[in-house]
Amino acid sequence: MNFSRTSRTLLRAALVAGLAVVYVPLAVVLLNSFNSDRTFSWPPAGFTLRWWGAAWDSAGLRDALWTSVQAGLGATAIALVLGTMAAFAVQRYRFFGRETVSLVIVLPIALPGIVTGIALSNTFHTVLGLPLGLLTVIVGHATFCVVTVYNNVLARLRRMGLNLEEASADLGADTFTTFRLVTFPMMRSALLAGGLLAFALSFDEIIVTTFTAGAGVRTLPIWIFENLFRPNQAPVVNVVAAALILLSVIPIYLAQRLSGGDPQTH
Amino acid sequence: MFQVMPDQAVSLRGLRKSFGPVEAVAGIDLDVADGEFFAMLGPSGSGKTTVLRMIAGFESPTAGTVELGGRDVTRLAPFERDVNTVFQDYALFPHMSVLDNVEYGLRVKKVPRAERRERALAALRSVRLEGFEKRRPAQLSGGQRQRVALARALVNRPRVLLLDEPLGALDLKLREEMQVELKAIQREVGITFLFVTHDQEEALTMSDRIAVFNQGGIEQVGTPAEVYERPATAFVAAFVGTSNLISGDAARAVLGREGTFSVRPEKLRVVLGEEPPGPDEHEAAGVIREVVYAGPATRFVVDLDAGGRLIALQQNLQASSMDVTGLRGARVRLVWNRRHEFPIDAPAEPVAAG
Ligand SMILES: Nc1ncnc2c1ncn2[C@@H]1O[C@H](COP(=O)(O)OP(=O)(O)OP(=O)(O)O)[C@@H](O)[C@H]1O
Ligand SMILES: [Mg+2]
Repeated sequence: MNFSRTSRTLLRAALVAGLAVVYVPLAVVLLNSFNSDRTFSWPPAGFTLRWWGAAWDSAGLRDALWTSVQAGLGATAIALVLGTMAAFAVQRYRFFGRETVSLVIVLPIALPGIVTGIALSNTFHTVLGLPLGLLTVIVGHATFCVVTVYNNVLARLRRMGLNLEEASADLGADTFTTFRLVTFPMMRSALLAGGLLAFALSFDEIIVTTFTAGAGVRTLPIWIFENLFRPNQAPVVNVVAAALILLSVIPIYLAQRLSGGDPQTH
Repeated sequence: MFQVMPDQAVSLRGLRKSFGPVEAVAGIDLDVADGEFFAMLGPSGSGKTTVLRMIAGFESPTAGTVELGGRDVTRLAPFERDVNTVFQDYALFPHMSVLDNVEYGLRVKKVPRAERRERALAALRSVRLEGFEKRRPAQLSGGQRQRVALARALVNRPRVLLLDEPLGALDLKLREEMQVELKAIQREVGITFLFVTHDQEEALTMSDRIAVFNQGGIEQVGTPAEVYERPATAFVAAFVGTSNLISGDAARAVLGREGTFSVRPEKLRVVLGEEPPGPDEHEAAGVIREVVYAGPATRFVVDLDAGGRLIALQQNLQASSMDVTGLRGARVRLVWNRRHEFPIDAPAEPVAAG
């Protein structure tokens, strides 16, 4: 496409403005985590590592982080297993109600979290009689994490077709060997991308968590929410936000590398 | 060591395959001898791929049996059959190097590492791909991929190699080169090649024998010369080469016989002057409708006085385009040796032409 000089300048300005809206606040969070003034006066009064130290020493914060990691890993594991199986079933086999399965799997992510939360809470409580705790959080998160794995794997299976597996069988590999040497390696990056997304979804979930966590269990988002409005905790919360910004760069970078170096099916 | 070798590498008996209401393969019998280069030729949708897939074991027949080397394998899985396939789209494993692709069959059969490395390298050498071992399939040209696919299949020394239009994706020049190479490789390794193509020229130039497919059935099986010179049906006459049929009134007037007869265009001589036909010759008078100059040869489309139309192909031994194009509308006689006219059993119009 050819753009005139003015429209090119305008586009560039719009891009810069758009990026600024997203990244300036993030930069402010990062800077403020080193701001020696408790009320985040601007410009920063001085440089300090005090808040990072305080965050590191906070037992409540560490517990919450650990809980979130456990919940994220648990939900991701369930999502990987169920999402992969569902994708294989839908793509590879014809059965009654096949079209409905996709809908059923995608629905939880479209449902308002509060509805999922209430529904799950009721079920755990009254129907199953399960005490609310980490396990119920994991199951609650898994309901909407499955879809990320499912979608990634399904897309990969569609693109891959049956040719490679037929070629493998033709060369003498039985079904299991074919899965181990061909299907799974072709699937690997899709699983990783889906898993990363599932983990990220679980990690910052707050609504469903509130309804399924019960009293003793506190995930990181819930801890942040509880401490956000306590004035003397504000700098520590800010440090957590800054740390999360830095940490989330890693999976994004990985996911991009993975999809960039994707094996191409010809 | 002496072994009794069964003569047939592949035997199909009453083989049938339906996909719902579609009858893709309508009951065929076929024998392919050991060491043969055998082509299955037919138009799109005639069931060639389906037959190949039933031999490889990817589809199970609705009825009939598949035998490989005298053993009934109809119910066996693909990995239990001693055949290998070169797929139309090659189906190379994109996440493996060329060498790993070629070693794959030996690896899953637990051949020791050193031996399989050696055999894979030898197979790559035989398709002239030394030095490409470390590349990924995505880093190869179409012709190179095709050769990797060939090496990957050949390295297993299968009883039969199935090839589904292996040259279809290549450009004309590369295709012609690969035709020669495939034939040479087959002669070297001595493995039975069962080859699917819809290109009649490819089938004629490469194969020992050809089966012509039409609508899920086999119209004729024969050597290239038999299929080309003596087509058994109108369909074969039309699909393999140019259809030149004399039938009905024309057959009665020109040949003095009932039925439909085929004469290949290059067997017809275009005669302008008075030249009485020899004792073994037939002739038909007509008018040149069209003259197509095609470099080494010229095609004359002649409307016969007795009805019908024949195409005559003449080498441009002396003539140039100037001389021949002026002949449009001229009265001529077409003369041919009786040896070159063959009766065709099905008088029906051909369904499709290549
Ligand atoms: N899996 C399938 N389901 C339904 N119909 C099929 C299936 N596979 C093939 N067919 C039909 O069977 C017929 C024969 O198909 P086949 O692929 O064997 O043809 P072909 O001779 O290989 O053609 P081409 O030269 O185009 O590859 C076609 O009418 C096709 O539509
Ligand atoms: Mg085909």
